Amino acid sequence: MSGQQTSDMLAPPVPEFRPGTSDAEIEAAAARAERKRRLTVRFWQVLLLVVLLGGWEVLARAKIIDVFFFSSPSAIAERLVQWITQGADGTPLWFHVWVTIEEALLGFFSGFILGILAGVALGRNRMASDVLTIYIKVFNSVPRVVLAPIFILLFGLGLTSKVALSFVMVFFIVFSNAFQGVREADRALIANARILGASKWQLTRSVIVPSAMSWIFASLHVSFGFAIVGAIVGEFVGARHGIGVLIQIAGGAFDTAGMYAAIVIIMVVALVAEYAVTILENRLAKWRPVPLPDTQ
Amino acid sequence: MTERNAAPSSPSAPAGARAPAIELIRVNRRFVTPDGKSMTALRDFTMTVDDGEFVAVVGPTGCGKSTTLNLITGLDRPSGGEVRLYGNPVDGIDPRIGFVFQTDALFPWRNVIDNVVAGPLFREKDRSEAYALARRWLARVKLSGHETKYPHQLSGGMRKRVALAQTFINEPRILLMDEPFSALDVQTRVLMHEALLALWSESGASVVFVTHDLEEAITLADKVYVLTAGPATVKSVYRIELPRPRVAAEIRYQQDFIDISHTIWNDLRDEVMKGAARSEAAA
Ligand SMILES: Nc1ncnc2c1ncn2[C@@H]1O[C@H](COP(=O)(O)OP(=O)(O)OP(=O)(O)O)[C@@H](O)[C@H]1O
Ligand SMILES: [Mg+2]
Repeated sequence: MSGQQTSDMLAPPVPEFRPGTSDAEIEAAAARAERKRRLTVRFWQVLLLVVLLGGWEVLARAKIIDVFFFSSPSAIAERLVQWITQGADGTPLWFHVWVTIEEALLGFFSGFILGILAGVALGRNRMASDVLTIYIKVFNSVPRVVLAPIFILLFGLGLTSKVALSFVMVFFIVFSNAFQGVREADRALIANARILGASKWQLTRSVIVPSAMSWIFASLHVSFGFAIVGAIVGEFVGARHGIGVLIQIAGGAFDTAGMYAAIVIIMVVALVAEYAVTILENRLAKWRPVPLPDTQ
Repeated sequence: MTERNAAPSSPSAPAGARAPAIELIRVNRRFVTPDGKSMTALRDFTMTVDDGEFVAVVGPTGCGKSTTLNLITGLDRPSGGEVRLYGNPVDGIDPRIGFVFQTDALFPWRNVIDNVVAGPLFREKDRSEAYALARRWLARVKLSGHETKYPHQLSGGMRKRVALAQTFINEPRILLMDEPFSALDVQTRVLMHEALLALWSESGASVVFVTHDLEEAITLADKVYVLTAGPATVKSVYRIELPRPRVAAEIRYQQDFIDISHTIWNDLRDEVMKGAARSEAAA
């Protein structure tokens, strides 16, 4: 833009925009629109919740639905308050919750770590994986739930049997994802690392495992859910404490409010876990392209 | 540059006092295809790269250029014949080799500096020394200030410069490049040629540079190998006597450059046609 010779060089050096379209104004407008969109989403979310719970409560009070089967939000809230203040089944509520969380966490971490180790080891060893694949398939085809009574017999009513059930639930998911991730590792990256001087162990640690990580992470959310399922199913079959026990007792006493209250507790635990996993994932995978704001 | 200088010469180099950096002696490489058939990729392939020499390899697509480089790295072994580095047969991956890949081979989960430092750390150099070295190499490829970015945050040209730093930091005596710049636009490619020529003239490494682009080959190389459509053998070798240092941005407009590329293209064209006809028949 340096046409010094032209006579009509009166235009100012700053490019001119239509009024109301300067950079600052556009940015402010975009921020406003974004805020408004978020508020709208929030509004509808809350409204939907109020309508659902309110409708449930109204239908229950009007005796249109049978409270014996469906309970009502107020009864469930009452039961939750009662459990929190007076404990459930003669034990403080937090203790039941903690027992289930402990079982799920132990099962999750042991399953996760051993799943990765086994997946990477087998993914790196063609012969072993060819030999073992058939057996893994057979084990994997067993519905995990049927193992619950066996584990109770083997490990007793305490912690171990639930951890074992959680473990088998998590292990196979993480294992197969890790295995697949190792197999899919980019050949060019492997060749590059080897030529740069990586030993076999360095190659596994700094190329194979990181590139399998996105597969493993994909299984993280699902597998924590399964860890909780394992713990609770174990508690159904036989335990002294835990959320599963609360459901069991409430069911035995035809106390539907108690059963729904236990479900609410499980939902809260699962949501907190989901949140924690997301934070962990974001921290460990900061190298990945940021998803577009619209797709979040 | 006269026609004579760009004329085909004998593929085998005259015996020098020192062993050449790379020798492929009557190499064959056969693959077994997924349907169990044997397929010859290289046949009776002989090539010599002298110490400090820049060799470019051109040939139709699928003829066996990447296979040749893999044989030199030791990632792959010949079915017959011999590959030697400085007079010794290749046995495993040689630490004196550096390789720049066609596709992006940067580690996406490492930031720029951790990518560059990978080689020295794999080779168990001192950590702080390795990082200092990596910073120096990033400065040389003009990427200072981008240390903590991840590959996906860089442009294609910047990623290639990271790849160059990652390779050159190991100070390879032998540098293999497999169509390293083919994914870049023409302007960026010229800039990369300048960068590569500067790095190479300082390092004195021996280079094998595979490319589809004949002008790129002539711009960079001392010697251009033209391969036949697969199975690949050496069809002819051209010595490029253009004076150095060469200016990559200008050289392609010189008359002698144009003459050389005409001569070589006439030679290469037949093979490209043959290769194209064959892949059409196969499809
Ligand atoms: N591991 C392999 N197994 C079977 N066939 C292979 C293998 N690697 C290469 N080939 C075959 O060998 C031939 C030469 O392949 P190569 O990759 O060396 O070609 P190229 O000259 O590098 O091609 P391009 O220019 O497209 O990169 C091809 O026909 C290819 O299909
Ligand atoms: Mg190739």
